[in-house]
Amino acid sequence: MNKNKKFFLLALLAAFSLVLAACGFGGDKGTDTKPTTDGDNKESSGKKELNVVVASEPPSLHPQLATDTTSGAVLNEVFEGLTRLDKDTVPQKAMAEDWEVSEDGLTYTFTLRDAKWSNGDPVVAGDFAYSWEWALNPDNMSEYAALLYPIKGAEAYNNGKGSADDLGIEVKDDKTLVVTLENPTAYFLELTAFKTYAPLNQKVVEANEDWYANAGEQFVTNGPFKLADWKHNASITLEKNEDYWDADNVKLEKVNIGMVEGESTAVTMFKKGEIDFLGSPFQTVALDSIDAFRSEGKLNIADKAGVYWYKLNTKDKVMANENIRRALTLAMDRQGLIDNVLKGEQTPALGMVPTVIKGFEEDRGYFKDNDIEEAKKALEAGLKELGLAKASDLTIAISYNTSEAHASVAQYIQESWSKNLGINTTLDNSEWQVYLEKVNMGDYQVGRMGWIADYNDAYTFLEMYATAENGNNDTGWENPKYKELIEASNKEVDAEKRIQILKDAEAIAMKELPVAPIYYYTDPSVVSERVTGMEADILGNFQLKNVDVK
Amino acid sequence: MINYILKRLMYILLALFVIVTVTFFLMRLAPGSPFANERNFPPQIEEKLNETYGLNNPWYIQYKDYLIDTATFNFGESMKYKARSTNDMIAESFPVSLTLGIEAMLLAIGFGVLIGVISALYHNKFPDYLATSIAVLGISVPSFILAGLMQYFLAYKLDIFPTAGWNGFIYSILPALAIAFSHAGFIAKLTRSSMLEQNSSDYVKMARAKGLGKWTVVFRHTLRNALLPVVTYLGPLTAGVVTGSFIVEQIFAVPGLGKHFVQSITNRDYTVIMGTTVFYSIILLFAVFIVDILYSIIDPRIKLKGAKK
Repeated sequence: MNKNKKFFLLALLAAFSLVLAACGFGGDKGTDTKPTTDGDNKESSGKKELNVVVASEPPSLHPQLATDTTSGAVLNEVFEGLTRLDKDTVPQKAMAEDWEVSEDGLTYTFTLRDAKWSNGDPVVAGDFAYSWEWALNPDNMSEYAALLYPIKGAEAYNNGKGSADDLGIEVKDDKTLVVTLENPTAYFLELTAFKTYAPLNQKVVEANEDWYANAGEQFVTNGPFKLADWKHNASITLEKNEDYWDADNVKLEKVNIGMVEGESTAVTMFKKGEIDFLGSPFQTVALDSIDAFRSEGKLNIADKAGVYWYKLNTKDKVMANENIRRALTLAMDRQGLIDNVLKGEQTPALGMVPTVIKGFEEDRGYFKDNDIEEAKKALEAGLKELGLAKASDLTIAISYNTSEAHASVAQYIQESWSKNLGINTTLDNSEWQVYLEKVNMGDYQVGRMGWIADYNDAYTFLEMYATAENGNNDTGWENPKYKELIEASNKEVDAEKRIQILKDAEAIAMKELPVAPIYYYTDPSVVSERVTGMEADILGNFQLKNVDVK
Repeated sequence: MINYILKRLMYILLALFVIVTVTFFLMRLAPGSPFANERNFPPQIEEKLNETYGLNNPWYIQYKDYLIDTATFNFGESMKYKARSTNDMIAESFPVSLTLGIEAMLLAIGFGVLIGVISALYHNKFPDYLATSIAVLGISVPSFILAGLMQYFLAYKLDIFPTAGWNGFIYSILPALAIAFSHAGFIAKLTRSSMLEQNSSDYVKMARAKGLGKWTVVFRHTLRNALLPVVTYLGPLTAGVVTGSFIVEQIFAVPGLGKHFVQSITNRDYTVIMGTTVFYSIILLFAVFIVDILYSIIDPRIKLKGAKK
């Protein structure tokens, strides 16, 4: 028996050492990619490194397949489109050296600069044509292809009705790309900075269709940084791309992006100096640490082009009544919500387009925040139309996806409705994938949603309500006049007239209220003192090429 | 013995089949779609996605496909993480969880048995009370509280360990301790009670009467018999710790398998749900099986059915 046991122990020991030898603890042999804990080390090595964390593994590092902000944050650094946005979201020359716009605003002629892919190939006009066609090809199932719809023939091709030959993308020569648009799209040069518009190296992509699954030689990019390493679910390392056309102005040599899911863990890491920045998309400042950072004077709050709103399902029996929708929208104490619950210095939303969007800086005066008197009047009229005797006969359900933050907003509004209007409110939460389907199917009365701009233009907030069929509308609301104005805004070349048209459209929606806007987003962030230039634009983009560390 | 093993293997296959079937139907009954996205995309794209992953087929075709996938251990590509196969995801994260799990298990068994023996030897004296309090504390404090406290004090305040990540041995100490603590408490309680039982038995009294020292008796005689319940507990414990703990992995940012169990379900990532479930079941079933075989080695009194003695 003793022998047996000894043998067993020996076997166990052998198995154990085998396992340890095989997998180890994930440490790197000979490299120093791990974020060092003390700042002295970094300085003595003389390397300029930035340490940040993201909340999750990026679902896809393919520019045409990515849809989320984490992937977008990495892609923005490793790829570069024709343009790149500066801090004020003004498109700057990037892969394009110059461009000309025809007088009718329909034809863009881009001249490319001499730029190289990370494998040494030149970046040519054909690379853009290839990637845009790739995204629009319905077989490739790009979920963001709709962003390319301003291009002539794009929508038809993506819907399987047209062909790639009819697309308004023409490669004149290696350096010249001519793009014809469906309508004069005022924000087209902003779109060309977006990840879906990034080029792909045709040869590389065709040689290996899973090129984007791992870092390595096949991951060929053209941005300021190269994807040096990607340990799935653990970390991403970016290294400066020496061949980048503007490499002289890129100060960082390395960006270590860890993946840390726990918000409070990320806060601890920041306090300890293991990471240099905290704030979307590089994790977020946990709600319970916001006050502490603020009292130390470290908290920065940046406005963001996004709106948090309650969709009001106009196909629902009760919610179909405009007066009820009006009563609910007016009887919300948005400022109180921001001061007591959200604490992020957000702006009360009294319209659909955030005040940071060009031309929408001023309040358009559609309604007043917390206007209880008007709300009561509207409720009375609504109840009469519905044939209800008193307010307590009315029960409204607020739906939201399971999350503490959404729950506290809903509870605050529930309280406000019951105190001021005397109606009953039930709260109904479900997990994200289920919730999205519910809202999509119209199985709700009042449903929470947020919308963050892809480009700095009011169109992104208004376009979804043009038709009831639009997949992002979800409210069943439509109005022919509204649709007309949205379409007119596409054709208008004059910038000021166009903004007025969009404002008129917004006014219609804010009268009939398919949505109750609640607040415009802000992004709280904290940054280490040794970092400069770490500033987000209103779309939440960072340009790490402008960041420097001491 | 051979007969017994064959019979057990049959049961394992049967159990796996039941697990796969139940998982499949529960998964399909749960509302929500893997492709629901905040930004809606055209219906024809969704149609294509469904077609690619075979979600348009009638349930019996899908069920058949899943059974074949499971039999061939090829679960297909994740629906959330583009171009990543479920097998790759498991192959990458399991070694991490395994390493951490084994480390935690060694800690749990080592400390657990030690504490248990001490408290049994000093029954109803101060060391017993102290050891029992530690054990009860270990069992009753949830691992995430312990993990959070350790992270705050040992990593942040005292700066002995790194806060989070997975870059070397030092990164594994806090998460391993967090996982091990409650298991150690449990093992200590088990060891203590069975040690006490053995201590009053004739052979121990005999050994003591012969003049053997307290600790010699423990190692030569008592412990071997007292460890049987601990070995029983080891099976499920192994399966549990080597497949990772969601909450500890989240707090310490360990790229282990544990998160996939939870996240695949919230993402409705069907292929990954199936892959992780089958993987976990196999480990659990085999761990229990091996423990049963170990019994006969440790305790000759136990005869396995089918043995020809």
